[in-house]
Amino acid sequence: MTMMNENPGALIPELLLVFAAVVGLLAGSFLPRNRQGVVRSIAVLACLTGAIAAAADLTRPVQSVFDDTYVVDVGLGAVRIVVLASIVLTIGLAGDQVSGSTREAEFYVLLLLGGLGTVAMAGANDLLLLVASYLLASIPLYALTGIARTGPGNEAALKYYLMGALSGVTLLIGSTLLFGVSGSTQYTDLAAALPDAPRVAVAVGLVAVLAGLLFKIGAVPLHFWVPDVVQGATTGVAAFVATVPKIGGLWAMYRLLSTTVPTSDVDWSLLVAVLAAVTMTLGNLAAFFQDDVRRLLAYSTISQVGYLLMAVAAAGRAPLAMPALGLYLAAYAVTNLGAFAVVAALPRARTLADYRGLAARHRLLALSLVICLLGLIGTPPTAVFVGKLTVFTAAVDAGLAWLAVVAVLNTMASVFYYLRWIAPVLRARDAVPADDVPPAGRSAARSAYIAAIASLLLGVLAGPVLAVLTV
Amino acid sequence: MLSIVVFLPLAVGLVLLALPRLPDRAVRWTWVAVSVLDLALVIALWIGYDPAGGIGYETDIAWIPTVSAGYHVGVDGLSLPLLAMTGVLFLACSVYSLREQRRVRAYAVLFLLLHTVSLGLFVSLDLILFFVFFDVSIVAMYFVIAGWGHGERARSSALMFFLYTFLGSLVLLLGFIGLYLAGGTFDIVELTAAAPLDGGGPLAGLVLAALVIGFAIKTPTVPFHTWLPPAHSDAPAAGSAILAGVLLKMGTFGFVRIVLPIMPETWRQYAWVIIAVGVVSVVYGALVALAQTDLKRMIAYTSVNHMGYVILAVGAAGLVAGSSEQARTLAVTGAVTQMVSHGLITGALFLLTGVLYARGATYDMAAYGGLARPAPRFALLFAAAAFASLGLPGFSGFIAEFQIFTGSLPGAPVPTAIAVLGIVVTAALFLLAYQRVFLGETRVPGATDDLTAVESWAIAPLIVATVVIGVLPRFLLDVIEPAARTVVELVAR
Repeated sequence: MTMMNENPGALIPELLLVFAAVVGLLAGSFLPRNRQGVVRSIAVLACLTGAIAAAADLTRPVQSVFDDTYVVDVGLGAVRIVVLASIVLTIGLAGDQVSGSTREAEFYVLLLLGGLGTVAMAGANDLLLLVASYLLASIPLYALTGIARTGPGNEAALKYYLMGALSGVTLLIGSTLLFGVSGSTQYTDLAAALPDAPRVAVAVGLVAVLAGLLFKIGAVPLHFWVPDVVQGATTGVAAFVATVPKIGGLWAMYRLLSTTVPTSDVDWSLLVAVLAAVTMTLGNLAAFFQDDVRRLLAYSTISQVGYLLMAVAAAGRAPLAMPALGLYLAAYAVTNLGAFAVVAALPRARTLADYRGLAARHRLLALSLVICLLGLIGTPPTAVFVGKLTVFTAAVDAGLAWLAVVAVLNTMASVFYYLRWIAPVLRARDAVPADDVPPAGRSAARSAYIAAIASLLLGVLAGPVLAVLTV
Repeated sequence: MLSIVVFLPLAVGLVLLALPRLPDRAVRWTWVAVSVLDLALVIALWIGYDPAGGIGYETDIAWIPTVSAGYHVGVDGLSLPLLAMTGVLFLACSVYSLREQRRVRAYAVLFLLLHTVSLGLFVSLDLILFFVFFDVSIVAMYFVIAGWGHGERARSSALMFFLYTFLGSLVLLLGFIGLYLAGGTFDIVELTAAAPLDGGGPLAGLVLAALVIGFAIKTPTVPFHTWLPPAHSDAPAAGSAILAGVLLKMGTFGFVRIVLPIMPETWRQYAWVIIAVGVVSVVYGALVALAQTDLKRMIAYTSVNHMGYVILAVGAAGLVAGSSEQARTLAVTGAVTQMVSHGLITGALFLLTGVLYARGATYDMAAYGGLARPAPRFALLFAAAAFASLGLPGFSGFIAEFQIFTGSLPGAPVPTAIAVLGIVVTAALFLLAYQRVFLGETRVPGATDDLTAVESWAIAPLIVATVVIGVLPRFLLDVIEPAARTVVELVAR
């Protein structure tokens, strides 16, 4: 061991999240109930500053900090920006419901902590740090899920917690096994030791570690919590849980697989490819006849994770895999949060039928919803289209052409259920008196517009984004 | 300049969207004015274009450099006639829609979007840019059919249209990805110069299959045509006109712009398959059209027939061994001419059936009879469009089909001879339809009034255009021929 890099300047976004969470928690306990909006300002300010710091960091060379357990590279930079922006969007889309409620400050603090865990997962270069950040990205979300203290909310929180505890233990067992056969938890040491280690132990350990991450990203076979949590929690929490942890989980998977086992003879690429195929297919099929918009979105997020896993499967085999994953994650986050924002803006509309005639009542909201749903299909020129294009290209390039064909068939199937939602939006509703139209939540609506515009802009300006990610 | 032509309609559409208080009347006339202006700009492009000069008005800006995809646009003899045809047809539809009453603003904005998308596709020289326009056309047309189509079936027809053509576009995307991985770029000009998959092998066959299936669904050819009749019969008249007149050309245009130049050797290898598909489409489309009792479905099936001629011609262009370069050039020229001609004629026919539906609320030919007496102008225009469609000399269809047959005959005599039968069948079915609807005793389910001035102004120019091409084709052929020769030379590499 020569020099230990403990430069705190490399971790400004993470430190800002911690700082904002602590200050927010303290302030929240002192401020009167009706003044807790201050905490929101602190959180938003910390996220925006952190995002700027992360953007400035993008051009720096790769740094390994804290004894090589944490890597600050372009990939982490992308995750930081996406997660911080997602927190801001989530605060916006939950604003109507949360602002003035009894647990306002706690809500923001838990979001910040969950976001911190997500970022830390993406940067972890060590199994122990991965486990720690996994817990940090999980426990605040269990609390968030149950924060409304409704029947379905409690049930969702319990289910989420049990499932999370189980997969957390699996993750620990896997880490222990890998540590046992290689004598280290650091990815770089693992990469050197694993090729000589017993194959069975490596395979079992790797699968167990992946299982924990599969839970985090809501992929098959650990996806059962997604629809229940998304339906049971408040819409703001649902949007966050269905979007943000997946960013960290997928990146952690990418880093783990591309740095520790590229030379191992365990065919992890095929394993991930099969998981991707099953995840997208199952998510799509289950979404087909959902009538509750939140359940539909929940299954749609499962299918999106399937497409995202394609980039992980191509890791190390196609140069485009990393930029593809980064771009698709950003596109997915903004588009998915946009769709959730529309749902949050219309709390009384719970089923597809409730959206009938939305275009006539809330023109811009309907337009945002259509853009986001078409975006989730992958229609150009939205960001997810470029995401899909690059992910498919990476998969074909990595010799997984069959997976690209499966993904194409899935995309085509997904059109069906997204259109089941779009169609009633455009349909004329029989004369409704003007004062009978429920108003849309203003804060959530604003988030929806921003997300829809961002989804289009990110698609058109995908060139520079990809250029930054290609190093 | 070219980008202005392409994006002008969309820009105006966005302005219309941003001004919610604008009265419908102003929206309609703005739409017409934009169409006129855009067509004028296309004509200016045409006048300033030198046919011998290859690609004109080129713009090439990096867009997604990581995958070498760019905003690369330009026109040549293949795209310029289609641009002009697109401009004419959208103008006709904007005039025709002056009487549209339902949600006018959204309707106009969707058509302006379609206008931009169609022009953009024909000028694209980059596969990703091409694909973006290709896909957006599907989305926009879905909303047109679902929002303004007639009957309860409109929504399921729109869904089927979306699913089917979207699948086609995704298969196409896989083909494009294959080309990218082989050639390292999405740029059509660079790929054409490199022809990266000409070493043969299974990958070349798979990529060709993906491209052909993708374009064949859009065209559509047998057996991928099943989405077309329901989409057409349930779309509003202007939507059908654009769908058949412009959007179908995106498929056939893809063959001459992308498949033939980039994959010459593989194309030659499978040319007979393409020819067979073309001939089957010609004969099958004509025969099924003959069996229809619904006028609009009948016209929809004649599109399958007419697009079959184009497929036959592009297939024949791959038969390097059996025919001279001159013959193959003639075939490709005929294919492009047929795209223009079919756009004008079928656009007119669909607008005319829209007129019929507006009066009688049905397309069933049995419900009508003897319309020539109460509606002479309508009868005259319909007769002209029908004769143009069956390829009578003096109309553009004759020029196109004559060239296709003459150009295809030396290489593929038997298929061409069979395809000529298609002309006989279409002649029969149009005469039969005309007889049923316009001759004999007068029977009408609704109002009997003749074409209004607006309707005449929308439809008559389309007929005039096909007559002009039919009588004085040189101005068109002089532009197409050099580009067609280039395509033929590229295929023969």
